[in-house]
Amino acid sequence: MERHFEKELEEVKERLLWMGSLAERAVHQAVQAVLDSQPELAQRVLDEENAINEMQIEIDERVTKMLALQQLTAGDLRFMLGGARINQDLERIGDQAVNIAQSAQRILRHPRVKPYVDLPRMSEIAEEMVRDSLNAVVRKDVDLARKVLDRDDVVDSLRNQVFRELLTYMMENSAVVFPAFELILVAKNLERIADHATNIAEDVIYIVQGRDVRHPALDRR
Amino acid sequence: MSAWAGSRHRIVRKIISYLMLSLTSLCALAVMGVLLFILGYLVWNGGSSLSLDFFTKLPKPVGETGGGMANAIVGSLKLLLLASCIGIPIGVIGGIYMAEFGGKTATFLVQFTADLLNGVPSIVIGIFAYTVIVLKMKHFSALAGGFALGIMMIPITLRSTEQFLRGVPVALREAAMALGASKWKTIVTVVVPAAYRGILTAILLSLARVAGETAPLLFTAFNNRFWSPGWNQPIASLPVVVYTYALSPYDDWHRQAWACGLVLLGMVLVTNIIARTVLSRGISIPR
Amino acid sequence: MNAAVGASRKMTSVPPSEPKGEPLAGLQTRLEVRGLNFYYGSKQALFDVSLIVPIHRVTALIGPSGCGKSTLLRTLNRMHETLKISRLAGKILLDGEDIFRQDVTRLRRRVGMVFQRPNPFPKSIFDNVAYGLRVNGYKGSIAEAVEKSLRRSALWDEVKDSLHKSAYAISGGQQQRLCIARALAVDPEVLLLDEPCSALDPISTAKIEELLFSLRDNCTMVIVTHNMQQAARTSDFTAFMLEGHLVEYQPTEQLFTNPSDPRTEAYITGRFG
Repeated sequence: MERHFEKELEEVKERLLWMGSLAERAVHQAVQAVLDSQPELAQRVLDEENAINEMQIEIDERVTKMLALQQLTAGDLRFMLGGARINQDLERIGDQAVNIAQSAQRILRHPRVKPYVDLPRMSEIAEEMVRDSLNAVVRKDVDLARKVLDRDDVVDSLRNQVFRELLTYMMENSAVVFPAFELILVAKNLERIADHATNIAEDVIYIVQGRDVRHPALDRR
Repeated sequence: MSAWAGSRHRIVRKIISYLMLSLTSLCALAVMGVLLFILGYLVWNGGSSLSLDFFTKLPKPVGETGGGMANAIVGSLKLLLLASCIGIPIGVIGGIYMAEFGGKTATFLVQFTADLLNGVPSIVIGIFAYTVIVLKMKHFSALAGGFALGIMMIPITLRSTEQFLRGVPVALREAAMALGASKWKTIVTVVVPAAYRGILTAILLSLARVAGETAPLLFTAFNNRFWSPGWNQPIASLPVVVYTYALSPYDDWHRQAWACGLVLLGMVLVTNIIARTVLSRGISIPR
Repeated sequence: MNAAVGASRKMTSVPPSEPKGEPLAGLQTRLEVRGLNFYYGSKQALFDVSLIVPIHRVTALIGPSGCGKSTLLRTLNRMHETLKISRLAGKILLDGEDIFRQDVTRLRRRVGMVFQRPNPFPKSIFDNVAYGLRVNGYKGSIAEAVEKSLRRSALWDEVKDSLHKSAYAISGGQQQRLCIARALAVDPEVLLLDEPCSALDPISTAKIEELLFSLRDNCTMVIVTHNMQQAARTSDFTAFMLEGHLVEYQPTEQLFTNPSDPRTEAYITGRFG
C-alpha cells in the first residue's frame, strides 16, 4: 500500500542529491582554481556557498518534521537519521571547498612554488570518493560504499607526502613560505573532504544494512 | 497445612454437582412431560373426531351426531382479526411513543398501567366489555368479543414493542440523524425496520395468548350455532365451544369438545413456532 | 568529469518548498467557533472555546479523556441536541452562517459525521449508502451517486459485486469505510470523525488514514482522536484540549516539534498524568 508520506521521503532524498551535486561542483571548481591558476573559479565557489547552506537548513527541517509526525521505523527511520548525517557531511564538504577557494585566492598572488604532482592526484581521488559515495546513496550500493572506505588510507598517505615535500621546500627557501603554507592547508582540506566522503559511505551502509561501521576498533559483537 | 481444600471437600463438591444436575434435569423433564401429556390426551380423545367435516360443516342440531365446527373456527379467526385491529395499532404506536418520545414520568406511568392491565383477570375485562358495549347495544356481538380480546392484547404488544425498540442501538439512530433524517424519519426508516422481527413476534405471541381466552367471551360474543355474518351478532369461538360442549351430557359433544381443544392447541403451538422462527432468523443487529 | 556526474545522477531543479510563516493566512474559513460554553445540566464541559477550521484541511482535536474534544465535535453538527440536558452558549458559524438559525436536518446534510464504532444500518450495502440520498430527496440517479461515493471511500472494488448483501457481511474496517461512504454520499462540505479508527486493526486504520488524505481536496475534515500519533500523521492543524479548555491550536508540524505550552509538551511526550 502506498503511503502519502512516501512522497515526502522522496523529496528529502532529491534534496540531498541536489546538495551533493552542488558540493561536488564546489570542490571541483575550488581545486581547479588552485591547479590551473583560475581565480574566477575560486570566486564562483564563494558565491555559491549560500545555496549549500540553505539546503542544509531545509533538509534538517524536513527531517525533523518527518520524524515528529510520521513515527518512522526500520528502513525509513535509518534513512532519515543517515540522511541527516549525510546532510551535515555535505555541508562540511562545502565549507572545505570554500576554504580551498580562499586559499586559492591567496596562493595565486604568488608565483607557483613547484610543479603540482601529488596535489592533483589527491584531488582526483577525493573528488572520486565524493562522487562514488553519493552514487552509493542513490543506488543503495554497499559495495561501492566499501570501496570508498578503502581509499581513505591512500588520501591520508598522499597528504603526509605533500606535507613532507612542502616542509622541505619551506625550510630551503623562506620566500615560498606563504604560498607553500597555503598549499599545505589545501592538502589538509582535501584530506578532510575525503574523510567526509568516507562518513557518507558509512552512512550508506547504515541506511541499507542497519550496521554501524564507523569505528571498526569497537567491533561490538 | 496446605492453604487449599483437601480431597474430601472435592468429593462433596462432586456429589452436590451431580445432585443439582439430576434435580434440574428432572424439572425440565417435568415441564416437557406436562405438555406432552396434555397433547397426548387431546390427540387420544379428540383425534378421531378430526375430519374434513369437522372443519367445514356447521354443528348438527342437539341430539344428532356428526357435523362440524366450521363456525367456531371461523368465529375465533374473526374475533382475533377484530382484536388485532384494536390491539396492534395501539400497542405498536404506543410502544413507539414510549421508547422514542416518552419522558421519565410518562413512561413510568404507562408501563405501570400496562403491567396492571396485563394482570387484570380476563373475566373482569369481559365484564367491562359487557358494560360498555353489550348493554349499550342490547345484544351480544362479535364486536364486543373482539373488543375485549383487543384490550387484552394491548399491554403485551405495547411492552414488547417498547422493549424491542429500546433494544435497537442508539448508534443507529445517531447515524440516521447525522445524515439529516428527522426524528420521525429515523424511527420509520431505521428503528422500526431494525426491530420489526421482535415486534412481529410479540404480535404473534399476543394473538396466540388471547386466542384461548374463554372468560371474556362468555358474555360478550356469547355463542352461535350458526354462521354469524357481520359484526353485530353473537359469534361462536373455539374456547367457548369447548366450555359449552364439555359441560353437556352428550358423548358426541364431548368428543367434539376434545377436537376443538386439539385444534385450539394446534393453532397456539403453530403460532408459537412461527413466532420463534421469525425471531431467531435474524437478531438483526449484531451485538 | 561533469559529464560523468551528469550521467550517473540527473541534476534536477529543486521543487519549491512550502512557504514558511503563518499557514492559516490565505486559507478560507469553513467553520468558526466563537466563545463556546457548553453544559451538561449544571456541569460545564467547555469553557470559552474559540477556533477556526480552515477549508480543505484536516483539523485534529487531541487531549486526554474527558477534555471535551468529542463534546466540541458534536456541537458542530448539533448532535448534542439529542441529549436533553445539554445547554450551549456562544456562536458556531458555517461559512459565516449561524448553524443554530438553520434547519437542523439541512445542516446535518452539509456537516456529516462518522462515529467511533462502525454503525451501518441493518440493510444492504447499497441501501446504506443510498439512505442519506433518499432521506434528503435526492433528485439524480441514486445508483450513480452510490457508486461515486463508494469509489471515493476506496471501497467500490471490494463490494461492487455484492451491493445487495447485508452491510454486516463485511469486515469491521470495511464497515467503517462504508459508514464514510454513507456520510459522503450527500456530498457534505464538512466531515466530522469521532475517533474513527479506535475500533479497528492497524491495517484498516492505515487504509482509512490514506482515505482521509485523499479526501482533502474537496472536503474539510475535523477528526477527534485519542491517538496523538494519528493526529500527527494525518492532520494539518491540531488543537490540544484539556479539561474543557482549548490550550493550544497550531499547524500540526509546529505543535509536534515545538509546542508553546508546557502542558501540550507534557501530553505529547507521554509525560502526562
